[in-house]
Formats: sequence, C-alpha cells, structure tokens
Amino acid sequence: MSLLLKSALVFNSPGGLLEKKDILIKGGKIFKIAPVLEKKEHENSQVIDAWGKIVAPGLIDLHVHLRQPGEEGKETIKSGCAAAAAGGFTSIACMPNTRPVTDSKMMVERVKEIARREGVVNVYPVGAITKGSLGEELAEMGLMVEGGIKAVSDDGRPVADASMMGLAMEYAKMFNLPLISHCEDPSLALGGVMNQGLTSTRLGLRGIPDTAEAVMVARDIILAQASGSHLHIAHVSCARSVELIEWAKSRGIKVTAEVTPHHLVLTEEEMEEFDADYKMNPPLRSKEDVEALRKALKEGVIDIIATDHAPHSREDKGVEFERAPFGVVGLETALPLILTELVHPGHIKLEEALASLTIKPAEILGLDAGVIREGAEADLTIVDLDKEDKVDREKFYSRGKNTPFQGWKVKGGAYMTIVKGKIVMREGKVYF
Amino acid sequence: MSGRNFFPSPGDGHVKKDLLGLKYLEKDEINFILERARLYKAAYKEGRSFNPLLKEMTVANLFFEPSTRTRISFEKAAFNLGGRVINFDTGSSSIQKGETLLDTVRTVASLGVEAMVIRHSLAGTSHLAAGEVDIPVINAGDGCHEHPTQALLDLFTIKEIKGATAGLKVLMVGDVLHSRVARSNLWGFKKMGLEVTVVGPFSLLPPGLEERGVTLMKDLDEALKTVDIIYILRLQQERQQKGYIPSLKEYRHLFGITEDRLKRISEKTVIMHPGPVVPGVEIDYPVTRSTRSKIQEQVRNGVFVRMALFELLLGEEVWKNELAP
Repeated sequence: MSLLLKSALVFNSPGGLLEKKDILIKGGKIFKIAPVLEKKEHENSQVIDAWGKIVAPGLIDLHVHLRQPGEEGKETIKSGCAAAAAGGFTSIACMPNTRPVTDSKMMVERVKEIARREGVVNVYPVGAITKGSLGEELAEMGLMVEGGIKAVSDDGRPVADASMMGLAMEYAKMFNLPLISHCEDPSLALGGVMNQGLTSTRLGLRGIPDTAEAVMVARDIILAQASGSHLHIAHVSCARSVELIEWAKSRGIKVTAEVTPHHLVLTEEEMEEFDADYKMNPPLRSKEDVEALRKALKEGVIDIIATDHAPHSREDKGVEFERAPFGVVGLETALPLILTELVHPGHIKLEEALASLTIKPAEILGLDAGVIREGAEADLTIVDLDKEDKVDREKFYSRGKNTPFQGWKVKGGAYMTIVKGKIVMREGKVYF
Repeated sequence: MSGRNFFPSPGDGHVKKDLLGLKYLEKDEINFILERARLYKAAYKEGRSFNPLLKEMTVANLFFEPSTRTRISFEKAAFNLGGRVINFDTGSSSIQKGETLLDTVRTVASLGVEAMVIRHSLAGTSHLAAGEVDIPVINAGDGCHEHPTQALLDLFTIKEIKGATAGLKVLMVGDVLHSRVARSNLWGFKKMGLEVTVVGPFSLLPPGLEERGVTLMKDLDEALKTVDIIYILRLQQERQQKGYIPSLKEYRHLFGITEDRLKRISEKTVIMHPGPVVPGVEIDYPVTRSTRSKIQEQVRNGVFVRMALFELLLGEEVWKNELAP
C-alpha cells in the first residue's frame, strides 16, 4: 500500500531548507516529491496530514546498546528497536559489548537476523576492534564486513594499548571502516564513578577526571593522523577533548565526533544525591564543559548527536552508587530534549540539530540514508515541534527505565516514524 | 527529605527524618544537639539517671564495615536512654548469600525497629536506605562521604574546651581525599563559623577545597603557628602502595605531629584525632598522651552527642514538654 504525506515541511540536508511538499511513498521507497500531488497520482493511498509538522530523513543513532545476546533482562533487540521507533529513530548502530561480544561474522549475522525478525527499525551492528574487546588480538574485521558491519569499536572497554590501536587503524583502513573510540585512559579513570570535581569532592566519590578522556583523545588523534584512518570519537564529554578535536580537524585529520543529549543538557551539579540514574560513563561534567560541547556542536567541531542508550534494570541500578552500572537510556528522550533544551531556546538551529541526527551520522557510517529524495528508502521521521509532554519512564518501550530526565517537561518530539514505507510509530504507539 | 513536624526547629520547619550528613543539618539543629549533649554530660557527671526516652524502642546497628568506637558508642547511647540495640554483623548475615543492601534494609525494618544506624564502606548507602524505609536512618560513616556524628562530637568537644566555636582557627592535617570525617567536619566547621586551613600532601587533597572556603597551606610548621585546634586525619598505610605518597617516613617528616613539633606548639592548642590512631606516622605516641590531646575526650563525648541525636530523631513527646533549650 502507498502512503501520502500531505503538506509537510520537508527538511533536507545540506540545504537544510524547509519546503512545503507532498511526499508519496510506494513499495517502501520515496516515489514522488512535489509541491502538490494531484488526486489521481495518489489514489488508494493512506493519507497522512502532515500540515504544520516537519518531515525529516529518518533519525539515525550511531551509539546504542541493545544488550542482546546475553543481558536480555536489560533490553532486547526487539524492545530496543521499539524504543528507537518511539523516539523517532529509523536506524540504530548497536555496540558490540554484548555477551558474548560481537567480534565475529557469525555474531554479526545473528544480531542482524534477530533484528530483521523482531526489530521495527534498521539495525547496524558495530563489530569489535579486538577479540572479546580484550585489547589483545584484532577481531576478524574483514569477515565482519562481509557480515555487514559499518564500523568497529571496543566501546566500554577502550583499547588500552596504543600499539594495538595503531594496528587496528591500519587494518581497518583496508575496509574504510571507521573506528569508534570510547576514549578513557584506564589508569586515570580507575575506580572512578563520576566526574572528578567539586561534586565528587563533596560526595566522597572517586572521580573520573576529564584528563582520562582527553589523554586518549589526543593519543587516538595522533594515531589517526599517522595512519590516515577514520577515527570517530564516541560521547565527547569535556572541553579539553573539544579543543583537541578542533585542532585535529584544522590539520585535516580524519576525525569525527559525537555528543550525547545528556552531556549537552546536564551538569554534575544537577546530579541528585547518590542517584544511580545519573551515573554514566563518561560522567556528567561541569557547566563550562557543557557550554564547550554546545558550542562545538554548533560550529561542527562535534559532528553528531548520539544517545549512548544504555539500558539497565532497576535491580541493577538499585544498589550502592559505586556498585551500580554506568549508563542511561536515551532513545526515547533524545529528540524531545534536543528540541526543548537546545533548539527552542536558540542554542542551535533546528536544521543543525536535524543534520546531526540524519545526514551526518549516515555519512560517518557510509549509509545511503539521511536524505529525502525520490527513489530513496522511505525512512522518515515526522517531527512535531510544539507537542508538550512530560518524560514518563513508565511509558518507555525500552526495558531500561534508567533516565535522569523523569518528569521533565518537554516541547516537541517525534510524531511518526516510518521505516521502509511502513508506519512503525504513530503518536507514541509502536506498531510491531 | 521527609520529616516530622514537632520541634520549633530551624530551616523548613521540621526535623528531618534521617541524619545522613552534616551538609543537611542547619546551624540551629547543630546547636540544639550540642546543647542537649551538654545537659546529658552534666547529668552523667552528677550521677543522675537519664530519662528513658527509648523505652520499648529498638535500634538496629547495621555495620557493614568494622568499627569499635562508633558501634559501641551508639549502643551505649541507646542503652543509656533505655533502648535496646540489635547488632548486625555482616559476617553471619544474608549479605554472605548475596542479599542486596536494599533487601537487608527492608528486612530489618520489617522486623520492627525504630531506627537504623548504618556504617558502610561505600558512599551513599545511608541515602539509599533512607529512601527505602520510613524509620530514621543515621549515617555512621559511608565510604569517603560523611561521618556526621563524628563531626558533631568534634564540635561538641571544641565548644566544651573553648567555650564557643565561631572564629576559632582549625588546622586539618592529612588525607582529606579519603576522609569522610574531613568531609563532615568541613561542613560542621564552616556552619559553626570556624576558620579552616588544610595541610597535607597535594596528592591526597581533593579538587575544589578552596572553593569551599578552605585555606590551603604547604608548610605544616608555618601553619601550626597560629592555630587553636589541630585536627589530625588518619593515614591508611595502603596509601603508599597506591602511590599517593612516597613513604610513611616522608609523610611523618612533612606532616606528622611529632614530639618535636609538639614542643613548638602553643600550650593552648588542642590536638584532636577521630581515631583509630596508629601512632608513629601521623601522630607520635607521646603526643596522643599529652595534655593537649583531646582524643579520649572525643570518644567520651560521642556517647552524649549520640544520645542527643536519638532524642532529636526519636524522642518526639519529650521535646514538646520540657526540654526546649
């Protein structure tokens, strides 16, 4: 069946222009785009009145933890995909730190197969850099590429050994694979559970200094410069890293970077006393860091927004702060938070926000996505800028309810998510 | 934080349910506890008996970490007020079977106790517990976070000796980074108007002390010249292995309150230490036995301060009737 999106404001990069158009979807593809489509052109189509709303290319989240296989109590591929659809994402890249680690072609294919059967959005598994993400031997990147990976990462367990990272960059270059680096020097971060600063001093908790991140950002930038590989820096959290990335880009080094909504919105000072729903890695930083991150996103030093969606069960989080696992969920709050906290107050433009969630992540992963044009896959997100809502974790499709944004008032969010021409979410309800 | 509304109290008009840290106590509440403790101590000295405020009440001592003075002090305080104490020992408990903290806390509360005293090696555990149960939770030390009753008894001791607290100069010496006593006392000292200076290896000082209104100094001997109170923090031997200091010898040389240094300190200066003392590193044995050392007085006062605290958190009726300060 065909689908007509009527009178939509179409966002497209790089122009970023918002034009009022009709979009006709047929056979899972965008069939026709025109200012006005005549009745005879869309007979028997389901008509969606998108007047006053924005139709964007389907949002892409480059950094998601789906937990399956191994920790299905926290999330499954099915529930994670539903959460993505609910949040307006049509494509997600899932990190390999499952149990076992996604470090072989067989594992990649298994994740893709489950996603194909049970997931409502597109899933791109990220392969491990090293076997078991142990940092000792290279994982079979070549075979995993045949299995369909678009990037490699040892997210959560950064490659500690510089020479191993250097080798991985050389090797990945053969396949044009970006290396997604979770930058954290293990010796500097050792035992830390939150930002090292005024709040950690007050709470008597061991801090993770921003230097733990920046030292490895510097290392990986230099390795990327030497190897010519594409380095993508995950979840940048501090001003020091921004400065280094800016330098790298000015030198023409192939570096891209992401920032999470929570690092753009929250500071360590807003952390509720010992509330593990504020515990994530990298941790929430200072006000100055948040300002630097916003500026970097605006200026393109940081390329994209990614959620680092990291679901955990209540039991996992309901323990002593130092024993609680790192991570917060993000898929279902990302777009509302970005619109409410960054776009509406004028910190970044809507076009910049949308580009950082569509065309730019598509480019980093080398996906043929992120643009609305005739003949392309009909992966689309309809955004309602004005809808007022309140974050309610009980309504999440994700199994993880670990959000620091519970009860936040938000304005704007996804109205509809369309994957390959099929409506998978409408007004908050996901259709499996 | 919820609480009961019974006492003509400061701040938001009610006494908080729990004592989780000195950060959360108003100055008036601190004064109140100190004043009540003073009356208890006077009564004790005169051999008068105490009002059995905790009659028919049970206090659970949940110590997930070893302790001598704090555990016994709480026990004695409850005992003095006619209460009973259940001591929880992690070694023989369901913790060994993998029971979580929250389950343990819920279980103990369901067994029917009136208050819970918690000592734990991880920061924030009493917060976690306090959010789970309706009865008062008293933090008896959580990781490197806070040890509020220690700070209260220290303030009591200072006030008893010096007659007041405001304007006094206190010098804190040593490992602030790992010290919950230091954190509670920083709040307490500041709230009660003391001037705080810190001396210690920079590798053992957390960031942001100066933003908290603390003066940092490098030279102990220089700092010792003008202080009223020297507050010595415990140095755990393992800090050397972990790379924070080169050796205990160097630590003692730079930061130890040695017999030699004692000679150069004013007679009026008071020396305090939260215990347990390991003589020979941060403090020499003869110094602990000198007249200027108030270490045993601190321990003694702990009981009265904890009695006052029990009274504040559990002794509702009595407040209303006779004991307004």
